[in-house]
Amino acid sequence: MQADPKGVLTGTHFMDGDHACCEGALAAGARFAAGYPITPSTEVVERFATRIPTVGGTFIQMEDELAASIAIAGAAWAGVKAFTVTSGPGFSLMMEHIGYAAMTETPAVFVNVQRGGPSTGLPTLPAQSDMMQARWGSHGDYEVIAVCPSSPQECFDLTIKAFNLAEEYRTPVMVMMDEVVGHMTERVVIPPAEEIEITPRRHTHKPPEEFRLFDTGPDLVPEMVYAGEGYKFHVTGVTHDERGYPVITPQAQDRLVRRICEKIRIAADKITMIEEADTEDADVVVVSYGITSRVAQRAIDLAKERGAKVGKLRLLTAWPFPDKEIARLAAKVKALVVPEINLGQMVREVERAAGGRCKVIPVSHAGGSVHRPETILEVILGAAR
Amino acid sequence: MSEGLCTLTTIENNPVEQFLRTDRLPHIWCSGCGIGTTVNCFAQALIDSKAEINKTVVVSGIGCTGRVAGHVLLDSFHTTHGRAIPFATGMKLANPSLNVVVYSGDGDLFAIGGNHIMHAARRNIDLKVICVNNFTYAMTGGQTAPTTPLGANTSTASYGNYDEPFNIPHLMDAVGAVYVARWTTFHVKQLERSMTELLKKKGFGFIEILSPCPVLFQRRNKLGDSVETMKFYKQHCKIKNGAPTSEVGILPGEDITIGTFVNRERPDYIAQMRRHLSGQLGEKFVNEGVPACCA
Repeated sequence: MQADPKGVLTGTHFMDGDHACCEGALAAGARFAAGYPITPSTEVVERFATRIPTVGGTFIQMEDELAASIAIAGAAWAGVKAFTVTSGPGFSLMMEHIGYAAMTETPAVFVNVQRGGPSTGLPTLPAQSDMMQARWGSHGDYEVIAVCPSSPQECFDLTIKAFNLAEEYRTPVMVMMDEVVGHMTERVVIPPAEEIEITPRRHTHKPPEEFRLFDTGPDLVPEMVYAGEGYKFHVTGVTHDERGYPVITPQAQDRLVRRICEKIRIAADKITMIEEADTEDADVVVVSYGITSRVAQRAIDLAKERGAKVGKLRLLTAWPFPDKEIARLAAKVKALVVPEINLGQMVREVERAAGGRCKVIPVSHAGGSVHRPETILEVILGAAR
Repeated sequence: MSEGLCTLTTIENNPVEQFLRTDRLPHIWCSGCGIGTTVNCFAQALIDSKAEINKTVVVSGIGCTGRVAGHVLLDSFHTTHGRAIPFATGMKLANPSLNVVVYSGDGDLFAIGGNHIMHAARRNIDLKVICVNNFTYAMTGGQTAPTTPLGANTSTASYGNYDEPFNIPHLMDAVGAVYVARWTTFHVKQLERSMTELLKKKGFGFIEILSPCPVLFQRRNKLGDSVETMKFYKQHCKIKNGAPTSEVGILPGEDITIGTFVNRERPDYIAQMRRHLSGQLGEKFVNEGVPACCA
């Protein structure tokens, strides 16, 4: 379906990534946000708080990130598209409700404008060191979806995508920005509402007597109802059966947890988004995401000037991880070079997917700035030799 | 049988059965536990208050009382430990036409969830909060709660509790709740009436219900069984409506004050928000009230 024009600020703007993310959420149909102030993400909800009274919806500044991250689940089950935004320690506090959203199959978007950690770390400076936390931060087995914008324009586009994926798969979706992408100002083009494709909620057409809350078809994704519609349904974070009732057995656990993982795994090819260039005859491919892919592009251009055969693979989705694409490239290149602003997170996934078929070389630093292009360039040239 | 000795009246169903998920019976509560009694009173209050059943939602946290959500035949949400209040806050703000009840225990609402209940009361979110206080963490085996009386024995205070408990009604009064009452599972008629008042009251309302946990609190503290506890409640609970909440703390060896302590008016969060934003923004303020998807 098309976006509701009330939330769409059509036009060409000069806007930072945080604000573009907020506009993406509004365009996607978010009508509820709960937040707690934390640098460098606060601008997203500041803008939402200013915009939403004239669009129709609610912003509430909660008492902490635990509260913010479950208030959105309450709003989602009331029938509204909802999201929360945080950074650093706030993301740690939200882990409990990323797990709750996964277990209860609540569509919800969690934006994380990454800053240096651990703990308070570098409140005002960038990092990409929450990538594994995004995947594994809550206890138990589950799958998530995470997108990684590299520009304000992508903060807009991929936030819409995040909401659509959350509805399609009924799962928490993370928008993994970073301080630089959040605070850099660039041109952002917001198209007319009728050109923005929105995934509506999977609301059931079944009457209450025929409806069971967690029955699914072949895509393994259940239909949803809202509080107040007369279905008298029950939602719990306890392992449950198709009615939503608690069942504490190994069989029920396997059935439920396997399904909530499988519904993402069987759709991984459809969810995965990458950008690939010059990989056909490449000796080296640079695998990167977020702000680091912008710096990597400069390094790739410089390497090409020096005659190296270098391609790029940019991850627009970090999770699910593009195993097949990495395996395909690993079979034909000398090396995959993986720059990221952490001491080695996604590079482990690249190593796993490459399966020893080529060298995998990390280019890492602990955060606080983006890479210097020359640092990546040196590694590319070394690997190409 | 001779005529006139007795007249038996039979009814098809228990009047509260319509509010129970009978397909989930038996429930998980121990015999002698007071939680079921409170659910019975709640069901009666739903009838008495003429609550719109399809619009009434129960939100629980984790613990024995947290399982109420799983047993009432209403839209019901069993959330995470301590977070029933912020979940309910999100739900109420997203769809103000819902009648949102939070039903949870003393540990869930006042230890791990203490920060949230304070802020929801301050904001005067229109939630009806029912807290069953059994003075202990029962689900996990009887540990010290923020309500455990001084001197009481728990599994984490085997030499007796020296950790000062909350005076819950005083706390709720201080942070702005518009309705604050305390009853026990012995005072079922008063509790029913109080729950009926709570369901009709606009704003953040709160009832504390003292309840026996015969297995983990009463037994460990040699307080007898639940019948003994009912006798204790009967003898030692003094109804004092309007009592200053600063004077209703539960002290070892002293009578317990029960009653409706606070019943006042204050604009709720949504009313404040709407009034303020329409004043500031005039016609630009879009106030749809109920989300389009649910209208």
